[in-house]
Amino acid sequence: MAKHHISTTINGEPVEFLCNTEQTMLDVLRDELHLTGTKEGCATGDCGACSITVDDRLVCSCLMLGVEAEGHSIQTIEGMADGDQLHPLQQKFLEYAALQCGICTPGFLVASKALLDRNPDPTEEEARYWLAGNLCRCTGYDKIIRAVLDTAADMRGAS
Amino acid sequence: MAPDGTPDLKVVGTRPIRPDGVDKVTGRAQFGADFQLPGQLVGKVLRSPHAHARIRSIDTSKAEAIPGVKAVMTAADMPEITSEEAFVGEGPADFKDMSGNTMARDKALYDGHAVAAVAATSAAAADAALAAIEVDYEVLPHVIDVEDAMVEGAPILHDDMFTSGVDPKPATPSNVAKRMVFELGDVDAAFGKADIVIERKYKTAPVHQGYIEPHACVAQYAADGQVQIYCSSQGQFMVRAYVAKLLGIDISEIRVTPLEIGGGFGGKTLVYLEPLAVVLSRKSGRPVKMAMTREEVFRGSGPTSGGTVWVKVGAKRDGTIVAGDAVLKFQAGAYAGSPVGPGCMTAFAVYDLQDVRITGYDVVTNRPKVAAYRAPGAPISNFGVESAVDELARELGMDPVELRLKNAAKKGTKAAYGPTFGDIGCVETLEAVKDHPNYNVPLEPNQGRGVAAGFWFNIGGESSATVNINEDGTAVVATGNPDIGGSRASMAMMAAEVLGIDVERVRPIVADTSSVGYCFLTGGSRVTFATGMAVVEASRSVVNELKARAAKTWDIPVDAVEWQDGKAVPAGSNAGDFEPLSLEDLAAKSGRTGGPIAATSSLNAQGAGPGFGTHLVDVEVDRETGHVKVLRYLATQDAGRAIHPSYVEGQIQGGAVQGIGWALNEEYIYDDRGRLDNPGFLDYRIPVASDLPMIDTVVVEVPNPRHPYGARGVGEVPIVPPMAAMANAIQDAIGIRLTELPMSPPKVRKAVDEQAAAEE
Repeated sequence: MAKHHISTTINGEPVEFLCNTEQTMLDVLRDELHLTGTKEGCATGDCGACSITVDDRLVCSCLMLGVEAEGHSIQTIEGMADGDQLHPLQQKFLEYAALQCGICTPGFLVASKALLDRNPDPTEEEARYWLAGNLCRCTGYDKIIRAVLDTAADMRGAS
Repeated sequence: MAPDGTPDLKVVGTRPIRPDGVDKVTGRAQFGADFQLPGQLVGKVLRSPHAHARIRSIDTSKAEAIPGVKAVMTAADMPEITSEEAFVGEGPADFKDMSGNTMARDKALYDGHAVAAVAATSAAAADAALAAIEVDYEVLPHVIDVEDAMVEGAPILHDDMFTSGVDPKPATPSNVAKRMVFELGDVDAAFGKADIVIERKYKTAPVHQGYIEPHACVAQYAADGQVQIYCSSQGQFMVRAYVAKLLGIDISEIRVTPLEIGGGFGGKTLVYLEPLAVVLSRKSGRPVKMAMTREEVFRGSGPTSGGTVWVKVGAKRDGTIVAGDAVLKFQAGAYAGSPVGPGCMTAFAVYDLQDVRITGYDVVTNRPKVAAYRAPGAPISNFGVESAVDELARELGMDPVELRLKNAAKKGTKAAYGPTFGDIGCVETLEAVKDHPNYNVPLEPNQGRGVAAGFWFNIGGESSATVNINEDGTAVVATGNPDIGGSRASMAMMAAEVLGIDVERVRPIVADTSSVGYCFLTGGSRVTFATGMAVVEASRSVVNELKARAAKTWDIPVDAVEWQDGKAVPAGSNAGDFEPLSLEDLAAKSGRTGGPIAATSSLNAQGAGPGFGTHLVDVEVDRETGHVKVLRYLATQDAGRAIHPSYVEGQIQGGAVQGIGWALNEEYIYDDRGRLDNPGFLDYRIPVASDLPMIDTVVVEVPNPRHPYGARGVGEVPIVPPMAAMANAIQDAIGIRLTELPMSPPKVRKAVDEQAAAEE
């Protein structure tokens, strides 16, 4: 069967790609577009390592088909920093040592940004529940949660 | 010098941003599955659906005929390996078994055991090929439970396995690979001195390391026999050695380039896919990329053992523990080599006992061969011993921390496994718990507090480091240990400390096997200690060379030059009056003073300081649902000297949380045919953020005299105490002693119901 021709926007830039019907958005990002910052941890929507946003909605890209990207705006970890200017969450994750191996980090950052875009002043409990779909096996989440809450405080102060 | 005699340090003990940090927060870092080569094929593995089956034949002809399929392999494409001990870091293994585990030869020994592999131009073609391979299985009776495997008449996995360590040598094969005994003093006589004896049996479930990154690699076999492997692992030199051995290739023909590793915890200290990818590449003439699915990770890679732990401890009325006895039965999975040895050796190591005995059994079952998991074996025996000691404290009416303080191992304590401890921080971690506010927070109904202490040896071993000074006075530090949790930062920091320059001016790299001297794998909590020692030695050699260059420049003897804050200065006024020469100055002029400046150190680090930690947890038990909520968690640990305190805290927090998962939820669930029922993160539930509070840490520093800055390993100790601490807290909350892991809601609920029924 012929591949589908998809027109979409990724990290603010117009992108076209060809994909098979059954190809997930995660596979399209990684295998067709070589945007490998989005990670596969399970491919069943349980770990959040493949988190992206689609029109600002947080999505596991392994649960989305590539063809569903047509006409939408997608953000991945590669679009989070502004050139060499890290997003405040990225900077705070580094300062807090909120990563050890780093495989879950892109997913956590994308999910955390989606949280702060909606709720600039989350409680610890709200942050923990929002991020409950992202698995980290290294950190025990402590430093991740602290980094997110401190970023939120900084960003509120700056705005 | 500081008042306690330790040197003033400028970099060690600070918290700089890790050198590989930006790559990892921007998605640029390349992990195992992120790498690709032009023209690469997709490799996939066919796995046994049976727990135990004889492989009568495998017909691959239909698979080979599918368009796009470039290679199909079975064990027939790998050399038959004779039995030979392999040193895999934290547990014994045998190359013959490793080969068999990589690809089943005559029998499939567990659900998920690899039986064939394919390489094709697309994933779809590879999947079609797997479906077209015809394996004729003779399904055999299987055995999953460790004690079932030990009884007479149990299905035997290996006809040539005769229990070692028993006299006389058995005449019939058994699933018990080995029996071992560690003994100190006269245990049976010592129990006669006890006023109180606790005797109980505990059980733990096998749990998976649960790294978020599935195993992945790319291999290329070239026409001249040169092999390139790109993979994530806990040791590029380990991958090289094992692939060479399993495939009969010279080590010099193999170059392994380490990619970033997305978690390992011991589970990536051996090879699964790499030998298969090399064979498929050799057969197809194309690079082959292989990556496991999450289901394959659970079914086909190694969890750690489940086991039973029988414990007997005796004490006098005053709380002096007079004797300890334990019997550990660990399931090893399909091949011998559970971590029962370290399980035995660590069992009573937090206590100063004269009379102690631990007996261990290594038992094969129809499960995936176990792999190392963070302090392999220790959490299992610790769960039993520290639960029993808690029961002892209750019987005695003593505070559990006080009981432990009274009996804690200290300098001069002879451990049951042989050595006499030097400078250790067991007492200090117990004191730190007592001094922490969590120790005195009032508890409400259905809430309870539990404590447990734990031990891990830590190891040193072979390491190499090269320090190159660049023309501009910056430095590159090359080592051969994958950075699994921030070790690049600690390597750069130690080099910067010696060189006297800002840590930002040191660029650490993890080099491939052809670009740096041999390094034993990343494991055993050894990298900051052992590879750090090599970095310090190489950096000191560089400083000596820099001093020599300054001496040459000034035309004075080299011993008249000192190195201070990154500059060569004359040693006092007698040496002469010269302007200091900075590292930049000396680097810029190195071409005129003798050439490039670099140094290498290769060593076998001895004297890894043993690690101790004590955990204190508060829980609340919901009697209706059986749910256990963690309210507060404190982990104290002796780090010797924290090189980068944030990453030390991170190791402690992460280990504690893995332990909480082990305590409350994680287990392998098998159906009656021996097939794994929960090979995914939905049903194998690791802790998530909403399950947890903040994890409080106190890093105690009892310097390790064998490391230049006093460091001891920190990564493994924190997974040892949590299971017993949680069980002890649950007992404190609801008055019920749970002896079997995981303490999941159905089990807690059942225990509560039984308690209620008993009271009626």
